[in-house]
Amino acid sequence: MEIIPYSIKVGGQAGQGIKSAGQILAKVATRSGYNISTYTEFPSIIRGGHNVTQVVIGEAEVTSPIRKCDLLLALNQDTIDRHKDELTDKGTIIFNSEGRIDTSKVKKAVNLSPIPLTKFASEVGSNELLENTVIVGAALAMVGGDLSILTDLLKAEYGSKGDDVVEANKKAASLGFNYAKSEYSKNIKKVLFKKGNPEKKMMLNGCEAVGLGAIAGGLQFAAIYPMSPITNILHVLAKYQERFGFVYKQPEDEISAVNMAIGAAYAGARSLTTTSGGGFCLMSEGYGLAGITETPIVIVDGMRPGPATGLPTWSGQGDLQFLLHAHQGEFPRIVLAAGDIKESFDLTMKALNLAEKYQTPVVVLIDKNICDGDQSYPLFDISKFALDRGKLTHEKKENYKRYEYTDDGISVRSIPGFGNYFIANSDEHDEEGFSTDESDIAIAQQKKRMRKLGICEKEDMEKPVLYGPENADATVVSWGSNKASILTAIANFPNVNFLHITWMNPFPADEVKRILSKAKYLIDVECNFTGQLAGLITEKTGIMILDKYLKYDGRPFFPEEISDKLKSVLNI
Amino acid sequence: MTELKDLATKCSPNWCPGCGNIAIWGAFKNAAVQKGWDNTNTAIVAGIGCHGHIVNFIRFTSFEGLHGRAIPVATGIKLANSRLNVFTFTGDGDCLAEGGNHFIHACRRNHNINVFIHDNAIYALTTGQTSPTSPHGFKTKSTPYGNPDYPINPVALAIASGATFVARAYAGDIQGTAELMIKANEHQGISILDILQPCVTFNKEADHTFYQKNIYKIDSSHDVTNKEAAFKKALEWGEKQIPIGIFYETSELTHESKIPQISDVPLIDNNPERKDLTQLFEEFV
Repeated sequence: MEIIPYSIKVGGQAGQGIKSAGQILAKVATRSGYNISTYTEFPSIIRGGHNVTQVVIGEAEVTSPIRKCDLLLALNQDTIDRHKDELTDKGTIIFNSEGRIDTSKVKKAVNLSPIPLTKFASEVGSNELLENTVIVGAALAMVGGDLSILTDLLKAEYGSKGDDVVEANKKAASLGFNYAKSEYSKNIKKVLFKKGNPEKKMMLNGCEAVGLGAIAGGLQFAAIYPMSPITNILHVLAKYQERFGFVYKQPEDEISAVNMAIGAAYAGARSLTTTSGGGFCLMSEGYGLAGITETPIVIVDGMRPGPATGLPTWSGQGDLQFLLHAHQGEFPRIVLAAGDIKESFDLTMKALNLAEKYQTPVVVLIDKNICDGDQSYPLFDISKFALDRGKLTHEKKENYKRYEYTDDGISVRSIPGFGNYFIANSDEHDEEGFSTDESDIAIAQQKKRMRKLGICEKEDMEKPVLYGPENADATVVSWGSNKASILTAIANFPNVNFLHITWMNPFPADEVKRILSKAKYLIDVECNFTGQLAGLITEKTGIMILDKYLKYDGRPFFPEEISDKLKSVLNI
Repeated sequence: MTELKDLATKCSPNWCPGCGNIAIWGAFKNAAVQKGWDNTNTAIVAGIGCHGHIVNFIRFTSFEGLHGRAIPVATGIKLANSRLNVFTFTGDGDCLAEGGNHFIHACRRNHNINVFIHDNAIYALTTGQTSPTSPHGFKTKSTPYGNPDYPINPVALAIASGATFVARAYAGDIQGTAELMIKANEHQGISILDILQPCVTFNKEADHTFYQKNIYKIDSSHDVTNKEAAFKKALEWGEKQIPIGIFYETSELTHESKIPQISDVPLIDNNPERKDLTQLFEEFV
């Protein structure tokens, strides 16, 4: 590759097909043998506003968005005005030569590559979205890509819409490709030249990864109410339910979603629901219901910023303390947080096991950056994963007691229809499930339930991963999607390490304390206003992190920002 | 075969003497004995309120959920194991106030479950406040000058929401209630049974004497398949004008029968083990 990493941005209005244009380019890149990650910004509207998708391409794994832009595909004036300063010298802007676009404020070092998008599009069909395909074709020429990979993809993408549509798109792509190749040949960069036998790679976003993780994890039932940024999870599950023999149900609200999942889990189905913070507010009552009835459910929370509606299409990390404390009273909850798309897959798969093993709710936190971003991965290997259904039984037991006291706090779990009598009771209950308010039983049952967390800590909790050297001049602590930008940034700082935390409850307090006690300088990086992970660390380890680098405008940390921060604290 | 003694638990009912819940409890046990409902084929769900205590007094594998949320739990159970008879016990506050949204959506989806509303037109467990079915002008601790609101008509609401079996029983008629419970369960689709349940402690207006004086049984001249006639019947209420029996029954595909992955076998019988997903992953290449 001539430029590593290479950054393409596609910008325009909602409804112009910005995201799909970016995704097609990203897929061409993966099929040509490269790694990609994508990042999309959009408002909560279906038409208008400013949408932009970035595709970052690299030889090795690419994980995060970056500030710079090497190639800008501008479907309107607004895109040029907003992104012109991100363009690198010798960068290129492709835009519609018939669109009355003003490029007078673009710096001189940038190559301007106007293309007659409207003319080409109208030559092959009547759909204005064909302009997109023309510009994608032109972009592919400018990065030295292979047109046949693009036309294959267009066939797969539009095949269901008929041969006419496929042909029109193929022609549109060729027109853009050939025009750019002949008119702007001196500006072509060798970025995407096709490699021989490229490794087969998937392109996945976090929502798809959660959906696939659930399928791999033996999902049998999901009830999900649509909400940004997790709606794509239900699209995946709805699509594949019949093929894999599970059921997805769209409920009337999130209260129903969590209670349906609880009902299905009680009846023996591995169950999951997903939502965002606002939906979780409604699920809070079901969260504790699952806790006291010891019903295994998984809840995936895709975080976005702000209370109430907040910034609905942006990313945030403000739900951590909420999920750790939501619901009245106390019950054992397992709270995990994924740092990237692959971790979302792994943790969702694992969460379904943990829920059934510990018969309690398990939360997987992800954020909008993970939900909507794409990344390229080799096909996942799930051969080491085995279903763990814990103490589930399908047999009739003598003197069966659903909430029997045990050393590990976990009782044999029967389900209705197998002859065992029990009550799954939201009231405090005795071993069979009968309602009680006796002091000794209330104490014994609460102790039994809470005992499960201690066992989980010993048997399943994973240590946090420390990236970089064991001893460093500065230590960054963070969670969630910040992982991507931090890893990109610290690659250039040999004396900085990074502690990435995924287990929030139970919390790996000893290991975190051991690592952080050695730190010479500590920086907490989070996308919230109060430093919620820093608070948790103080609560669990007594360590105070004084330097908190926080963002709460819905935007991700860019590697450039982390680098600047590190330079300032290291006096570089 | 289920016998009455099989259904006893270590707990005795703690409802007030004369409470309509005792009659509903008795009616359900009679129906269970008659139809052989037991822990190999049946699950029951209750909400929160006086009615919810029923789970402690009847030996059926059960789930006592949260106030208002019995129906979604029952829905989840039925979707996971469509082999089970699923009975949902709920109150007028539970089902029509806190759970009103779930009620109308369950009706329109036609899940093959039974919903028995213990309708005493009062919040009794919280010692006497107005409920969604309390009459206008009704004096309670929360409406000392009389209820300014008008009641919901559960029967009309169920018909309007798309329920495929809608009936009303009077708890004091134990035999009649048991018969309607059986018919409800035999019906394929959602069955709503509004059970007029006297609260002898907090609702002195709608007591046993009131209902015994004013109910009448819907006779065979009523066409249960006629939605308009059912609505008309549902709107009747007054002196000697409270109809009991089936208002509406129609045959539609159940929700569960329309889901191919569970139309033949219950969901829990499908093996969740998925060893090789290569083909699925390839679709994302």
